[in-house]
Amino acid sequence: MTATDPRRVVEAVWRIEAGRIVAALARIVRDVGLAEELAQDTLVIALEQWPVNGVPDDPGPWLMATAKHRAIDALRRRSRYQRKLEEIGRATPEADEPDLAAELDDYVGDDLLRLIFTTCHPVLSTESRVALTLRLLGGLSTDEIARAYLVPEPTVGQRITRAKRTLAERNVAIELPPPAEAAQRLASVLEVVYLIFNEGYAATAGDDWMRPALCEEALRLGRVLSTLAPAEPEVHGLVALMELQASRIPARSGPSGEPILLPDQDRRRWDRLLIRRGLEALARTEGSWGPYAVQARIAACHARATRAEDTDWERIATLYEVLTHVAPSPVVDLNRAVAVGHAHGPARGLEIVDALVLPNYALVPAVRGDLLARLGRTDEARREFERAAAMTRNARERGLFEARAAALA
Amino acid sequence: MRYLIMLKGNHPTDAPPELMDAIMRLGEEATAAGALLDTAGLAPSAAGARVSLSGGQVSVTDGPFAEAKETISYALYQVRSKEEAVEWASRFMKLHRDLMPGWDGESEVLKVFGPEDFGPPA
Repeated sequence: MTATDPRRVVEAVWRIEAGRIVAALARIVRDVGLAEELAQDTLVIALEQWPVNGVPDDPGPWLMATAKHRAIDALRRRSRYQRKLEEIGRATPEADEPDLAAELDDYVGDDLLRLIFTTCHPVLSTESRVALTLRLLGGLSTDEIARAYLVPEPTVGQRITRAKRTLAERNVAIELPPPAEAAQRLASVLEVVYLIFNEGYAATAGDDWMRPALCEEALRLGRVLSTLAPAEPEVHGLVALMELQASRIPARSGPSGEPILLPDQDRRRWDRLLIRRGLEALARTEGSWGPYAVQARIAACHARATRAEDTDWERIATLYEVLTHVAPSPVVDLNRAVAVGHAHGPARGLEIVDALVLPNYALVPAVRGDLLARLGRTDEARREFERAAAMTRNARERGLFEARAAALA
Repeated sequence: MRYLIMLKGNHPTDAPPELMDAIMRLGEEATAAGALLDTAGLAPSAAGARVSLSGGQVSVTDGPFAEAKETISYALYQVRSKEEAVEWASRFMKLHRDLMPGWDGESEVLKVFGPEDFGPPA
């Protein structure tokens, strides 16, 4: 019988419980920085004790109880302890310590939601929000975050430190946002989660495994959110979008790691479980037309097409038109041009591309090139692909564009 | 990465409602944590069949299969390590230990092949 390494058990249980533990600590001590330190202390205690005393029978509650004891110790050392006693109307510290512990034991729902809103607070830079969220809610180490984002570990450490400092300096309360701010604050949370997903989605074969693992982490965070905020259609929209996008991951790379674009993917390799889950999440958006819900609907059109030629491009073109109203951007226009090109012919698509302004974005000449090629304007098409190849900084993309140009020679 | 967890043992004849409740709550917790992707209970093998290939012959036998352990349920988890899947399975088994004492069984924790297992050739 092989015993499971206690250290790895600690890490596994930590991953499961970290978010809730930090969230409870943040509620108790009302300071994200202190909550993180106390959580770290708890992890260290477990790493020291479990290899010696064995893994406890109830590891989750053990960690939470240990964390709360550390919090009580910390409060006792700080003047806040006295103020808290006054708050709950007690007089004598020693006699009422157990009562304080009981008070703190009351489960207050929304802890996790409060924490997510705090780590994604708009007062923080995007990088800080990402790093803080992955650290406190994902239980990722700074090393793991660094490997995922291809930056040195100290850089991640600094982002987290700065984030905690900013939250303290700006007196950001660890609370749910007031109704007037709720929509904007939720949008900030969803933006962070989708950014994490896209960073993972951009990973190519051969990258450190922490990079594509970001997709799983983002999906996990999205699913957690959908349980915490089930009445928010855009949360389900984002989850649907991520599940559906992730369903294509197994089909995205060829045998040598080369990228395979959507029209050329072997759809039998699409993950049907994720498609099913994505469509279920989409149903929960219940007729909402927020940006994530609309993008999820577009992804669902692709998911439902068993073969590329079965794609309902008219519906996709219409959905992109909705998106230009709901979340306008030149990238949306570019995607609409592609859809219109399929639904109503390349000439119509070209009109849209020619009208948009999106400099230094290699996909613009690439889309133009594709439309021109389909119109038989071969020389112009080749030149556009050459422009695209020169413009992109992504080696794999460059290879694709050069191949298209060569095929038109 | 994904793990498939399959509970094997004799189908309990009298599973107490407290156990079923606790199992559902654990399922909700794992779903809320974004880890549980799919789960279902399986009917006893008496309701099923076996299609075997042996010595070049394909043959079909109706259940039950007395010689094999029954597979009672499956659960598909998305986790970051084998140990995380094992932790979920342990919590599941501990519910059975505490709420249906005397019952024995085992959860097999099997890794599902995923993109992480298929890197490009060196």
